[in-house]
Amino acid sequence: MKEKLVLIGNGMAGMRTIDELLKLAPEKYDITVFGAEPHGNYNRIMLSPVLAGDKSIGEILIHDLQWYQDNNITLHTEKTITQIDRTKRIVLAEDGTTADYDRLILATGSNPVMLPIPGIELEGVISFRDINDVNIMIETAKTHKKAIVIGGGLLGLEAANGLMIQGMDVSVVHRSGTLMNQQLDQAASDLMLIELQAKGMHFLMHHDTAEFIGKDRVEKVLFKDGSEVDADLVVMAVGVRPNIELAQNSGIACERGVLVDDTMSTYSPNIYAVGECVQHRNQTFGLVAPLYEQAKVCASRLANSGAAKYSSSATATKLKVTGIDLFSAGDFMGDDSTESLIFSDPTRHVYKKIVLKDNKIIGTVLYGDTTDGNWYFSLLGEQRDISALREDILFGQHQIDEALL
Amino acid sequence: MTEPVATTCPYCGVGCGVLATPEKDGSLTIKGLEDHPANFGRLCSKGSALGDTVDLDGRLLHPQIKGQQSSWDEALDAVANGFRKVIDEHGPDAVAFYVSGQLLTEDYYVANKLMKGFIGSGNIDTNSRLCMSSAVAGYKRAFGADAVPCSYEDLEQADLIVIEGSNTAWCHPVIFQRIVQAKEDNPDLKIVVIDPRKTATCEIADLHLPLKSGSDTSLFNGLLHYLQHNNHLDNDFIDNHTEGFAAALSSAQQSSADINTVAERCGLSANDVAEFFRLFANTEKVVTLYSQGVNQSSAGTDNSNSIINCHLATGRIGKPAMGPFSITGQPNAMGGREVGGLSNQLAAHMDIDNPIHHDLVSRFWQTDNLTTTAGAKAVDMFNDVASGKIKAIWIMATNPVVTLPDADKVREALQACELVVVSDCEQNTDTTACSDILLPALAWGEKCGTVTNSERRISRQRNILPHPGEAEEDWWIICHVAQRLGFEKQFDYPTNADIFREHAALSSFENNGTRDFDISALAKISDDEYDQLTPIQWPINADNPNGTERLFTDKCFFTASGKAQFIAIQPRLPVNTPNEKYPLILNTGRVRDQWHTMTRTARSAKLNGHIPEPFVEVHPVDAEKWSVIEGALAQIESRWGAVLARVQVTDNQQKGSVFIPMHWNQQNSSLSRVDAVVNPAADPLSGQPEFKHTPVSIRAYQPVWHGFILSRIPLPTINCQYWLKIKGEQFWRYELAGDAAINDHSAWAKQHLGDAGEWLEFSDGASQRYRAGIIKNNQLESVVFIAPTHELPTRSWLSQLFAEKELSSEARTNLLAGKPGADQPDIGPLICACFGVGENTIKEAIACGDAKTVDDIGNLLKAGTNCGSCIPELKKLLYATAK
Repeated sequence: MKEKLVLIGNGMAGMRTIDELLKLAPEKYDITVFGAEPHGNYNRIMLSPVLAGDKSIGEILIHDLQWYQDNNITLHTEKTITQIDRTKRIVLAEDGTTADYDRLILATGSNPVMLPIPGIELEGVISFRDINDVNIMIETAKTHKKAIVIGGGLLGLEAANGLMIQGMDVSVVHRSGTLMNQQLDQAASDLMLIELQAKGMHFLMHHDTAEFIGKDRVEKVLFKDGSEVDADLVVMAVGVRPNIELAQNSGIACERGVLVDDTMSTYSPNIYAVGECVQHRNQTFGLVAPLYEQAKVCASRLANSGAAKYSSSATATKLKVTGIDLFSAGDFMGDDSTESLIFSDPTRHVYKKIVLKDNKIIGTVLYGDTTDGNWYFSLLGEQRDISALREDILFGQHQIDEALL
Repeated sequence: MTEPVATTCPYCGVGCGVLATPEKDGSLTIKGLEDHPANFGRLCSKGSALGDTVDLDGRLLHPQIKGQQSSWDEALDAVANGFRKVIDEHGPDAVAFYVSGQLLTEDYYVANKLMKGFIGSGNIDTNSRLCMSSAVAGYKRAFGADAVPCSYEDLEQADLIVIEGSNTAWCHPVIFQRIVQAKEDNPDLKIVVIDPRKTATCEIADLHLPLKSGSDTSLFNGLLHYLQHNNHLDNDFIDNHTEGFAAALSSAQQSSADINTVAERCGLSANDVAEFFRLFANTEKVVTLYSQGVNQSSAGTDNSNSIINCHLATGRIGKPAMGPFSITGQPNAMGGREVGGLSNQLAAHMDIDNPIHHDLVSRFWQTDNLTTTAGAKAVDMFNDVASGKIKAIWIMATNPVVTLPDADKVREALQACELVVVSDCEQNTDTTACSDILLPALAWGEKCGTVTNSERRISRQRNILPHPGEAEEDWWIICHVAQRLGFEKQFDYPTNADIFREHAALSSFENNGTRDFDISALAKISDDEYDQLTPIQWPINADNPNGTERLFTDKCFFTASGKAQFIAIQPRLPVNTPNEKYPLILNTGRVRDQWHTMTRTARSAKLNGHIPEPFVEVHPVDAEKWSVIEGALAQIESRWGAVLARVQVTDNQQKGSVFIPMHWNQQNSSLSRVDAVVNPAADPLSGQPEFKHTPVSIRAYQPVWHGFILSRIPLPTINCQYWLKIKGEQFWRYELAGDAAINDHSAWAKQHLGDAGEWLEFSDGASQRYRAGIIKNNQLESVVFIAPTHELPTRSWLSQLFAEKELSSEARTNLLAGKPGADQPDIGPLICACFGVGENTIKEAIACGDAKTVDDIGNLLKAGTNCGSCIPELKKLLYATAK
């Protein structure tokens, strides 16, 4: 008689855990998966290309429904779990479906932050999180013109770019003066702003949204400085928050996210958590690389194969945003105690910066040319003294005398 | 006109024939003249690059008075009136001409005639004073005339060539090539090089004697004594054709009685000295070839006589393949000597203090005003300008503010002088900067006349190019001033041929074989014959209508007794000897691809590629002692002045001495005019300055920042302590260093380069490093590199990028690294100027085994196959990698 494993959340982190587990112990569990969305498991990162019309939904599916059958996995789509009975070890969906488990994985992901702004409930005010959001955007683009994207982060810019390609006139509203401030410094952000403006994207930097105005459907966005813009569609992309409602209601220890240890175990026996819903060593997650790492650790735990441990080490971000190559890692802002090497070729939209402390790399941001990103990142990891490379390092590995590499 | 024109090279005293073909675009194609006996088609790197030097940028094309353009009439009147006024108020000795071995014989003749014959002063001297006046004095003492006995052919027939005080490989490259060829044809030919430095010439030496600076006479006194002691004398010749042997021998005995003494005095190994003496003693066919190293000494005249003594003692003179052979540094130094361009000569090799000569010349010129006293020699002349004794000076075709010793004093003297007239083809030189009146002269390729080379060979310089602007022949300018001074008749020459005929006539006037310089056979040539004149060696007279290859074949000399004179030589130390404050000896000289003050050669990017920057050669031990570093800057200082130069550490240089090239000046460098450092000591007889021996100190120069700029267009002068301007192939290079920190590098760069164009910038603020590149229409416009030390990327790869029609994307990525990165070639410093082959390329070819000989290198890379000037360096590279 196999053990029963239930996964709540048919998303990337959860399903990656199942994939890893099937590699390690294909026969160990009898697996059931609950997903709130109607689809199989798809690559959320690829929503932007779908919105941009480069890809179809079919193309971004990781596992279609057939795959679940082939692997004898029970999939419940469009079923949101509302309760976990930890004593009886049963999960309960809102439609009454139940499943009992020996072990349970929480992979409920995150929810887009919807600012408590008056008019947030108006029709045409949406987030950018799932296929449904994408479909709404594509449909709206057919009939409406003006789109406002709130938030100049990664997701916001992707949405804005996609909407622009869908033919809408797009303005990005951003609170600060630095786009993607998680990944870029001011100089890189300035380059990006110029490049996107050249593509036809509009920006309202240093703008704070006060209210969405409209009868049923949103018509205007009003700002705190009193100015306003017309809007047929508003996309909220000001960040995500771990989705911990279920866990909290079920008495599983949470702070900002579901608390997990280095083996991705929650504080509740036989319950594990992975992905954007977790909080590990006080850190929450949004990018795919660490999630996959967590999936590996969690799977090996479930397969009882040794003591793999997750350590949320510094991660490098290598991105292609609206076709622009970006790389950033570590402390790329620096301070009085640091030194910076900077190269810029604005005409070619290239900007590179390495931040040094005691002749060791502590951070880097690369814009437009990310060729050497991984090399810098490994030097950062090694904490190697780069005095000998200092003059040439920004111009690339091919400029360095073999002996010094 | 596109017919090739046969003319003569304007550089060194070899006097090579040049075939110049004007192209439709106004450029010149340059070839060696196959049938010119000086070079038989060969040319050196400088001669080959003549075509690069004929553009009109920076040329002086109109007369100027006090910086204002004027008409010729105004300018000529101003010169004449100025001179007239000074002469009337202070007498003829208050005016002077300072002329040049760059002048053609016809120009020279009228200048000398005007000053000595009609103004009536001896105050005309020439920059040849700085170059070979000691050789002149030596010849006159020994032979009674300034008579160079030898021909270049003698070198080819000799079994021993002693090269003393000459880096022939770099300074007379075509003679060097002829010697190299001779050595290949005749394996028995031995070469001895006597030079404190291990120069490129030593590459062919069987024996190099790196003697102590200024010890030459001890060596040759030693040789004289050795010859006598070991019975190698030609007693018959000594007895019948010479005088003064006994005295010469006894002073030789006093100073240099045995080999150990000689070795000790000269700082040489006894074996080397013995070997040299044996070679000289046992080889009949020996030519001693000497130049500035012998002449530019306070004992220059003694140096040359100590050499001549040994040739007289062995009777090795007046015969094929033998003789003491002085080679001159300038294209027409000899012509200047022939017309009397030196202040202590009269004309046509006649003497001022000889009453017969004085009477003869007075009658020939029909003047009663011929000077009876010698004038001031170069150094004294400018001292007299400084003291106000001379109040008006006319400088023609030379640049004394750069080339005279104690050069800062010369500049101050000219700045204070009442009237300074300068005839030149350049608008901006350190000397024109001190002028009141500027007269535009024609340059090489535009002017025509005759020159005489080191082997007494008269050749035509012919004009190929049209006269630019209002520039005129020097003789035309001089004659028009002379006429305004009231000498209409005597200076009324329709053509330069008329001047030449008069010059020839004077040489034969009442000569009757009493004077060596006799070109009577040319006194009546027609204008056509003058135009067609083919190279010919004087004397040219009834007995020798086709010229004379060799002098003294009849063992008759031009002294009163008709016998050659031995001169008793007491060796003496240079005037200024090293001391605690100035412990090192400064030696100066030329580099391979630059000429004099660079006004012409620095126009050629090719030539600038060989040695772009002034340097100081320092022995490793001294470098360590005075803590100066290879590639860094050093300040070299003497009692008289200071310069900055890039340090080259090499054991080619002797311990205790340094070498700096003479060429650089304030037009192309802020602080590298070496003659500002050189002492003004001179030979008491010849008046030739001691350029080869100045006590100096050296110390590291440590500015706050170093840097360089390469720019497609020339930039306004950059205001910092050290700057150097070099023309490159489609760009200008600036080497820079400053004492004042640059706060905002980016702003500084934009201030000097303008902010237009696409800017690439690299900054490492903490370590004070900054780099920028500017790109316009996909072409590299400029780069600037700044660093706290002299360690900056090589300029060679960056330099190549200016030639690219479009800057490749790789090049753009690597631009501010200053190097191409992995697997892309950086040719390195230029070695072969003719084909632009760099050191790295050559080293590679050698390293991979493809090139084992100079010929291999030639076949593979063409390096060394045109002018061959770089062959000694190729040999060095082959040798270095063989080690």
